[in-house]
Amino acid sequence: MKPAPFEYAAPRSLEEALALLAEHGLDAKALAGGQSLLPLLHRRRLRPRLVVDLNRIAGLDHIRMDGGMLALGALVRQSTAERSDLVHEISPLMYEVLPGLGDVGIRNRGTVVGNLVYADWGAQPCAVAVTLDAMLCIEGAQGKRALGAVGFFLGQRRVSLEPDELVSELRIPAPRPRTGHAWVQVADRHGDLPIVGAAAVVTLGPDGACAAARLVFSGVVGVPFDAAGTVGLLAGEQPSGELFAAAGERAAADADPVSDGRASAGYRRRLVRVLGERALALAAERAA
Amino acid sequence: MNVRVTVNGRAYEREVEPRLTLADFLRDELGLYGTHVGCEEGACGACTVLLDGRSARSCLLFAVQADGSEITTVEGLATAEGHLHPLQLAFRAHHGLQCGFCTPGVLLAAYELLSERRNLTDAEIRDGVSGVLCRCTGYQGIVDAVRAADREWER
Repeated sequence: MKPAPFEYAAPRSLEEALALLAEHGLDAKALAGGQSLLPLLHRRRLRPRLVVDLNRIAGLDHIRMDGGMLALGALVRQSTAERSDLVHEISPLMYEVLPGLGDVGIRNRGTVVGNLVYADWGAQPCAVAVTLDAMLCIEGAQGKRALGAVGFFLGQRRVSLEPDELVSELRIPAPRPRTGHAWVQVADRHGDLPIVGAAAVVTLGPDGACAAARLVFSGVVGVPFDAAGTVGLLAGEQPSGELFAAAGERAAADADPVSDGRASAGYRRRLVRVLGERALALAAERAA
Repeated sequence: MNVRVTVNGRAYEREVEPRLTLADFLRDELGLYGTHVGCEEGACGACTVLLDGRSARSCLLFAVQADGSEITTVEGLATAEGHLHPLQLAFRAHHGLQCGFCTPGVLLAAYELLSERRNLTDAEIRDGVSGVLCRCTGYQGIVDAVRAADREWER
């Protein structure tokens, strides 16, 4: 199918892009990697009067440290981030999930930030952003704001972003020492969005016990599911198979999964238990 | 809008609507029908081209976005005299195609893969070409062909 007609603008600065979005509001749509937007345009699910192409804006494709956090500009392609030593060093969890997004051709165009903005409930980076307490830098004609990933995701393909706003940067905190990360998932096929995926972060204390832990899932409900009930269960405990099995049970008990054509709620709950246990065990092993 | 691109080493300039995809631009404006259009929504990968050396689905790009870029399509692999590229010879020798619809996309995905790395495992080959669907169920031949090209294509 072919998109409905639209006007096209390729501003050279973020200010110019924001001015266009402010002027045209809901009639305008920003274009970065286009790997989510173009299918929506082709199917005419979206019919903007103006497409604002961000790709000619200089200075939005940086990967750098800023104030102790890893900063990724809005135009950083997924394939660039997956080759970045800095991403590997500072955010091994994001580094681990990026090669699993679609395929090379998609990742050569698709941006890390765009994946978050389109917020598919199965998407790995969205769950990772919540797990790592990442921040989104949001700019609009009215000014700038910073928002934690938890507050950013509102539901399936719904995020806290006004029509005249853009996410200019993703910021990921550096990990603490003796911290391990892991992502495990079940998907129908290689490169598909996982049915359920689990992100785990485990920090070990000097005594080898879990000083801190975090377990977040994609594909359970419309937003990344933070299995917060497992945090207290793990804190201060020595890592063991029994401990992580109990944490998986707890996460599954706390989950209220959605049923859809790909998987029933019961199957998703089972995946939460099994993948949660495996992700925590792998993260703890890597922390040691 | 005005678009200037270099395709397979040749410069082109056209006036197009913003909504024209790069895939349709290559076929309908430039007459380069080697780029095949399957699903038009990014799922099948048949329309894969190289944009400034990197593989991309030409149905998920507007032609206006490619302004100023260098593009390689399947027509750009063989020499002007018609000698097939070593990668194409490997596909012929190892039955890497049946109906041929997906082949342009597979070739360009494999071209990018082998331009970056060599001595690939089968798993790496499969991952590298996983973005292009073949409905003849011909994947084994494709993997055999890319494996052979990995050895035989001297850059």
